[in-house]
Amino acid sequence: MTEVTTAPPSKRRGRDPRPEPGADEILGLGQIFSRGLGGIPVLLVLAFTLSLTTDTFLTGTNLDNLGRQVSIYAILGAAQLLVIITAGIDLSVGSVVGIAGVVAAKAVFETTGGLPIVWAVLLALAVGALAGLINGVLVAVVRLPPFIVTLGMMGIARGATLLITDGRTVQPLPEGFSRLAGGSVFGIANLTWVMLIVTVAVAFFLRRTVWGRYLYAVGSNAESARLTGVPVRAVQISAYTLSGLLAALAGLLLASRLGNGVPTAGTGYELQAIAACVIGGASLFGARGTALGALVGALIVGTLDNGGTLLGIDPFWLQILTGVLILVAVASEHLQKLRARGRAPSS
Amino acid sequence: MPTSQTAAPGTDAPEVPPVLTLRKISKRYGAVRALDGVDLDLHPGSVHCLAGENGAGKSTLIKVLTGAVSRDSGDYEIDGDQVRRNVTPAESRGFGVGVVYQELSLLPQLTVADNLCMGAFPSRAGVVDRRRQRKAAAAMLDRVGLAGLDLDLPVAALPTATRQLVEIARVLANDAKVVVFDEPTTALSAEEAEALLARISTLRSDGVAVLYVTHRLEEIFAIGDTVTVLRDGAHVLTSPVAEFDEDSLIAAMVGREISNLYPGQRSDPGEPRLEVRGLRPPGFPEPADLSVRAGEIVGLAGLLGSGRSELLRAVFGADPVGGGEVLVDGRPVPPGSTRAAARRGIGLLTEDRKESGLLPELSIEENIAIAGWRTAGSRGLVNRTRLRRHVEAAADGLRLRFGEWSDPVSSLSGGNQQKVLIARWRALDAKVLLLDEPTKGVDVGAKADIYRIVADLAAAGLAIVVVSSYLPELLGLCDRVVVVKERRLVAELTAAEATEEEVLRLASPSGGAASVPEEVNPVEHR
Repeated sequence: MTEVTTAPPSKRRGRDPRPEPGADEILGLGQIFSRGLGGIPVLLVLAFTLSLTTDTFLTGTNLDNLGRQVSIYAILGAAQLLVIITAGIDLSVGSVVGIAGVVAAKAVFETTGGLPIVWAVLLALAVGALAGLINGVLVAVVRLPPFIVTLGMMGIARGATLLITDGRTVQPLPEGFSRLAGGSVFGIANLTWVMLIVTVAVAFFLRRTVWGRYLYAVGSNAESARLTGVPVRAVQISAYTLSGLLAALAGLLLASRLGNGVPTAGTGYELQAIAACVIGGASLFGARGTALGALVGALIVGTLDNGGTLLGIDPFWLQILTGVLILVAVASEHLQKLRARGRAPSS
Repeated sequence: MPTSQTAAPGTDAPEVPPVLTLRKISKRYGAVRALDGVDLDLHPGSVHCLAGENGAGKSTLIKVLTGAVSRDSGDYEIDGDQVRRNVTPAESRGFGVGVVYQELSLLPQLTVADNLCMGAFPSRAGVVDRRRQRKAAAAMLDRVGLAGLDLDLPVAALPTATRQLVEIARVLANDAKVVVFDEPTTALSAEEAEALLARISTLRSDGVAVLYVTHRLEEIFAIGDTVTVLRDGAHVLTSPVAEFDEDSLIAAMVGREISNLYPGQRSDPGEPRLEVRGLRPPGFPEPADLSVRAGEIVGLAGLLGSGRSELLRAVFGADPVGGGEVLVDGRPVPPGSTRAAARRGIGLLTEDRKESGLLPELSIEENIAIAGWRTAGSRGLVNRTRLRRHVEAAADGLRLRFGEWSDPVSSLSGGNQQKVLIARWRALDAKVLLLDEPTKGVDVGAKADIYRIVADLAAAGLAIVVVSSYLPELLGLCDRVVVVKERRLVAELTAAEATEEEVLRLASPSGGAASVPEEVNPVEHR
């Protein structure tokens, strides 16, 4: 965990820019964003400001609420991250959220005497993994561009969701299904637990397993990776499949939280997931990004939302703010790369 | 203007002043001196050939001419006007310097007319004037004897030779006073090459100054008036072509004694380690056989595009092959899988580190470990301590210079990057190493290191195959040299009997009759 040692100085720099943004300070932000954990100071500043300006932010209820809101995005962020590291992109995660939620809801639908909850969960996860598998095969074997493949899957999955529900919400769902997301352990919501477990699992997978390191290798240079004996196709297929699986998990939890299967659930979530990754330091060119970064990115987006609501800021402005944040994160990463390149020959 | 002793003007036009002059041009890339005080005069109505081995500095010189790289020092004049040091390609084009590249620079999806007018569309208020464009394009084509070519065809639909003429037409349209041809005949059949040479003769009679770069010596004699020979970035001589024959020109190009840059005495090789039987890499008209013993270093010599790299890649399973088998220590390697090849102990060091070797975002440590994760990790998990020990062992004795193991590999110099890639295969315990241009873009110090490492690896029992365009390197390093020509293995020489002249002669296309037209690859493997 060498990054931890680098966090404190950037934290100080991160707080200064707020009052008077200038050319210098953008590079300060760049140092923050370019590290995997760089988002943490931003998040702390955000939380600090909110707890000073509102008396509701730092309350148990609100934090619990925040955790529930953020968890879906955070899980999707982790899903998206796996693909982004391989220099791909998965636009279908939002639609997979929708289809997984509806499939699970249909399966446990009360009035038709539904399947046991376990089966519904497994079925929904399988559907998500299948969608991801198809994405992966088209990208890795047929070699179509990831953007196009997952754009297609985005439409297909959403269309299928609307088709199997006739566009109607599936309800009511049994109590047990709602408890999946609604329950809590040790006073912390299940949703929050799942978010943490997923983040830790993905972080372990990426950092400590050989397969995880292969993901970075493929994202860095697929041809080089292939010529060193990395099974590039299998790596790509696994990334998309895992992404689909995690997206389905998010969809399940969303349906459980809402207590019904909404066919339009998850619309636009792919963009939130990409935003979380990018703000968390992932590079859309591949090979850069960490699970913790994606979590922090999701938390930043979620806290902005939450805080904006508490402060009564127009949600339209919040959308603009999120957009600006993405641009600043990417631009500063880019600037830093340019600077690093400029420095390399002279050293 | 005072000229040095090298400024021997073209034989047929001694009194015409040069249109383009270079004096004492120098260019370094890091520690590598690509050009060292090179002089060049180009006269109107004369074909000036540039000769030298790969790496002699020919391409750098062309890049300086066109502004693709800026020279470090030296004077550059066109028509008596000083050209500033960091001239841009667009400016140098404006001065009348045009280049026909080996890899054509046309935009394949666009039409002939659009390509010809790209950058200078006849237009009114930003709207393209179609009629004027077509007229201009037709006039350009007429000049290179392509009158009647369909202007609306996409360039991709044209045969290579025609594309090249379109490119020449475009260059001439810029009022080029100087036209540079960079190995224009590499991709052409014998008849097409002849037609191109005839076209160049016409340019000469039109008063254009031509700089012609080629590997095919017979073309120099066919078309050149003057020849300049470069060696290791330095200017060797400039003389009328008529003063040379093929042998004396080769001697001028090679003209070096092999110093003790290369490791000396080699021990006797052992059992065959790598056996290639009837392998047909893409584009090879006939199967290739090759056997390399433990402890042996075999060189593959041949011109660029002769199929050397394709053979290496095929042995490694990087490209689909049309049959044949590869055995390591008598065990067949499953074909078409780089993973299987790596597991059987074959390692490939590719020609282009950046494109197909390094993982630039990853650390030095991981770049070394990536091929051998199975040994560095345990049951699929990364074990940091074991990884570090493993990587240190692999890099031991390579004189790798770096800051931290966790630094990105892109922070290293070319030579050290190459050592990282060698360490990668050492970490895998490779039994067979395939090295494609192992010292490309590497400075002299690191070169000597790499030669020593290769020799040490061979002494440790590895079978090694080296591809290099740099003949002294092959002869200094290898026990045997196999010559590849036009995708065939044509000759095999032992270190004792091989000379640079001999190898160069065997590798050069015999010109006219014997060369196979490769417009359409006869064998298309899927």
